[in-house]
Amino acid sequence: MTLRQRIMAVIPYVLLVLTVLPIVVGYFWLALSSFSVSTEGLRSTGFTLSNWSFLSEPPFGRGYPSIWRVTFNTFVIAISMTTAVVIVSSLAGYALSRLNFPGRKSFLSLTLILHAFPSVTLLIGIYFVLRTLKLYNTLTGVGLVMIGFELPFGIWLMKGFFDNVSWDMERAALIDGASRLRVWGEIILPTIKPGIAALSIFAFISGWNAWLIPKTFTIGAGQNATLSVFLNNFRGDTVAVQWGAVTAVGLFQLIPVAIFFIFTQDLLLSIYAGGAKGGT
Amino acid sequence: MKVKLENLSKRWGKVVGADRIDLEITDGEFVAFLGPSGCGKTTTLLMVAGIYKPTEGSIRFDERVVNYVAPKDRNIGMVFQSYALYPHMTVFQNISYPLKLQKTSKEEMKQRAQKVADMMDIGHLMDRKPAQLSGGQQQRVALGRALVKEPKLLLFDEPLSNLDARLRLSMRGEIKRLQVELRVTSIYVTHDQVEAMTMADRVAVMKDGKLQAYSPPDELYDQPRTLFVASFVGNPPMNLIEVDVTRENGDYHARADGIDLIVPAERGEKAAGKGRVIMGIRPEDVTISEQEQEGVSGEIYVVEPLGRDDLIDVRVGETSIRVLADPALRLKMGENTALDFNTSKAQFFDPATEQSLLW
Ligand SMILES: Nc1ncnc2c1ncn2[C@@H]1O[C@H](COP(=O)(O)OP(=O)(O)O)[C@@H](O)[C@H]1O
Ligand SMILES: [Mg+2]
Repeated sequence: MTLRQRIMAVIPYVLLVLTVLPIVVGYFWLALSSFSVSTEGLRSTGFTLSNWSFLSEPPFGRGYPSIWRVTFNTFVIAISMTTAVVIVSSLAGYALSRLNFPGRKSFLSLTLILHAFPSVTLLIGIYFVLRTLKLYNTLTGVGLVMIGFELPFGIWLMKGFFDNVSWDMERAALIDGASRLRVWGEIILPTIKPGIAALSIFAFISGWNAWLIPKTFTIGAGQNATLSVFLNNFRGDTVAVQWGAVTAVGLFQLIPVAIFFIFTQDLLLSIYAGGAKGGT
Repeated sequence: MKVKLENLSKRWGKVVGADRIDLEITDGEFVAFLGPSGCGKTTTLLMVAGIYKPTEGSIRFDERVVNYVAPKDRNIGMVFQSYALYPHMTVFQNISYPLKLQKTSKEEMKQRAQKVADMMDIGHLMDRKPAQLSGGQQQRVALGRALVKEPKLLLFDEPLSNLDARLRLSMRGEIKRLQVELRVTSIYVTHDQVEAMTMADRVAVMKDGKLQAYSPPDELYDQPRTLFVASFVGNPPMNLIEVDVTRENGDYHARADGIDLIVPAERGEKAAGKGRVIMGIRPEDVTISEQEQEGVSGEIYVVEPLGRDDLIDVRVGETSIRVLADPALRLKMGENTALDFNTSKAQFFDPATEQSLLW
């Protein structure tokens, strides 16, 4: 390798490192701060575990939920949201991609509009709906609203993946002797695994990190709070913000997302090539 | 198995896919559906497969009407242009999938899949995924999957279109040999007239959803029933010249600007007295005359070497005529030349109905 070639080979890495550096520094500070008494820039003024005390005792005193209760709530919301969004989106996406029924076009435009619609403007309306249905300040209510907001995106995403499955493959399976249900389960779903993985992780993250909707439709940091709401409570109105504790909870909240991502990233990156060229 | 299409039509609103097709395929026959893109070949094939429901008419397997029989109960095998392999399954799983659905025992499945794979020369690739195979190998897997359940009817939808020219040639031969050996009734869809003419026992020519002709290749070539068949079949395509045919002194003359040909009586009498008709003559039935004085004189416009022959475009008056000539003649652009027409092979068509006046 000549010097010139060597420099050329290094340049992309330099650029990549420069772009991700701010993010890495941010996470580094987050981790550092959570174990420090306080920080000055990227330097710690002393090691402490006191920021993590929220794990064992509720930081806001009696009457407020423990971190474990809040984590459990968040899990329930994120998991049920993921499950519901994946199931509904993949069924609806398949129908929208394959079937020609009256109203299909308008349904597609409607979901797109709903996806682009700023959800903040709907909050007051939804509040009244939830009050009427007696779902205000319940996990069920919060979960349903979040599923509703995520579905338009999910349906579009899945429809796109189904559009890319060739009709011929489906026809081949039917001719090979499979029933419609088997074609769906054994041929189509496996080929869009990356799509399902992508949607699951999007839905999970958006459920896990949701703040606006849980904050609006639950009361304070009550028994139905989620992690984001809990985190927000550290921004007390009367006392100074405890940044150390905020970073510790933030880091804690990151862990499941990171784990989920590690397990799905192979699928996310895998794209089936070949086997379906051309087609009608 | 015999296949019979009766008055078969498929429409989507105003769009016509197939229009009143009548055709019978005998047991063990190899039939090609030939026509330009969009003429309804795939639509017709998919109705036979049971994927599309006919709007009208019926499909019979032997004597039984199968219009509403599900694809899985028709005992057919199909090969697609896109191969349509299952990307998440290995070659073995792809080939044995139809057997798995028939609940064949593991032992038998393995044995039959291997036998078919060996026949297709892909026996050593059983553990690969489709993405790890070349186009030709993928096509063989698709063929193996269609054959493994020993179907009564094989359907091919432009199976060779995605292959390169050399591979296409060898696969053409192999599919033909396979079909003859297995004696399976087969329908082969293609827009390539060479494929249709070389492989099929009978060729069904389609245009705009309609069946134009249905006959053995040589008959299609020598006795085209319509102008469309005449111009679509054959490469380079047939010359079409507007002429007047008249009878003078017992001879039939076909005349156009700068052209005066004597046509054999059995052909001429059918075209005479009809005003302007279209005469069709294939490039190989026109030759460069030895003597400059005889024949039809014209100017050489373009010379295209095809290897074995030169394709010469000769301008006679306003008319352009394609001629196949011996490269040894060393013809040059701009030279004057004379043409001999083998009018015993001339075709005549009514310009209004585009039907043949001869057949
Ligand atoms: N599912 C469909 N919906 C509407 N029109 C169709 C459909 N399939 C085919 N067509 C139309 O029917 C005609 C014949 O198509 P096709 O059978 O695919 O032609 P070919 O296979 O000969 O190229 C075309 O005009 C095509 O646009
Ligand atoms: Mg087609």
